Amino acid sequence: MNLEQSIEKQYDIMDVSLLAGKIMLESGAETYRVEDTMMRIAASYGIKESHSYVTPTGIMFSIETEEPTKTKLMRISDRTTDLKKVMLVNSTSRRISNGELDVPQAYRILKQIDRSEETYSLKIRIGAASIASGCFLLMFQGSTADFIPAVITGGIGFMSVVYFQQLISIKFFAEFMASFIIGLLALLFIQLGIGQELDKIIIGSVMPLVPGLLITNAVRDLMAGHLISGLSKGAEAFLTAFAIGSGIAVVVTFL
Amino acid sequence: MAMLIQLITSFIAAMGFGIIFNAPKESLWKCGFVGMLGWMTYILITAQGVDEVPATVAAAFLIAIVSQVYAKVYKAPIIIYIVAGIIPLVPGGMAYNAMRNFVTNDYITALSLAAKAFMISGSIAMGIVFSEVVNQLLKQSRLKRIG
Repeated sequence: MNLEQSIEKQYDIMDVSLLAGKIMLESGAETYRVEDTMMRIAASYGIKESHSYVTPTGIMFSIETEEPTKTKLMRISDRTTDLKKVMLVNSTSRRISNGELDVPQAYRILKQIDRSEETYSLKIRIGAASIASGCFLLMFQGSTADFIPAVITGGIGFMSVVYFQQLISIKFFAEFMASFIIGLLALLFIQLGIGQELDKIIIGSVMPLVPGLLITNAVRDLMAGHLISGLSKGAEAFLTAFAIGSGIAVVVTFL
Repeated sequence: MAMLIQLITSFIAAMGFGIIFNAPKESLWKCGFVGMLGWMTYILITAQGVDEVPATVAAAFLIAIVSQVYAKVYKAPIIIYIVAGIIPLVPGGMAYNAMRNFVTNDYITALSLAAKAFMISGSIAMGIVFSEVVNQLLKQSRLKRIG
């Protein structure tokens, strides 16, 4: 193999690692898992030394070879939660480590994962959010009479967070509006005499918006020594919590 | 009867969160089970008159241990199972009450509620970290036995 080809190959390996990292980060994996996966993939293709630096908004990855060090940077702009993609990339990286996939094959599989649709349609997810809201109401000792109002408010709240996010890509605004709508609806149910406890209905319906994944990831990142990622995820979680709180607060104070 | 309702609702709620987070279909039952286990631990301990903070630590610890076992057996990232289980423990209600007191200018009550919510979030973290420590210790002892 001449020099040109070997350089080409090294860039291909970098592309595979970066694509795997990008999918994982966009799907809500922990930072240490992203770094670990990228370095494992590079190592199993014979790159002895590689360094990665992952933050929630970008990936830097460099590999050391006989030739000068190569580095690539990838910007990550939107992050969602898709645990299935995390699992698929994880199992692909396992297969790469076992030597089952060569570089082009791995790249094709990862591209497929990147393009794949979400596991559940929006309707199913809205349904799940509404039922979960109702269940949370009962878990927090709410009365069974409030079950239906919580189901409806929770579903509409989740729907509006998805809708507003598509409308304007400011997460804070979407969450604020969604919790504002939840507050209004809950108040409406109380006024109509269908609901009984305003607090319980609101708490139940707000639960699908609570940044549980972010909090968990922030803690796991901090403990693994990824201080910047941990802190920024913590900040994101705090912003979300603040948006939800202020949306509800507007309803409670002014109406 | 009340216990049965708690069992069923926590199972369904954790499964619902699995769907919201696009967890793989075959892992939904496990998400539900982990969520139910964590919530029942929390409920049973607080029913004994124990404070919420230690109860949350215990529940989070159990959730993380079971998730680790699942992750090992099914060769999947642990986060799939942990997240659904943790959600019911997140002090959403308390944070809401704190916020509500803040906007009605009752700062003393609001601050104490907020501090409590912060403590509970911290104890979720502590539970997860403890289980990680146990996991690492087990891994090391296994390595020693082999080596």
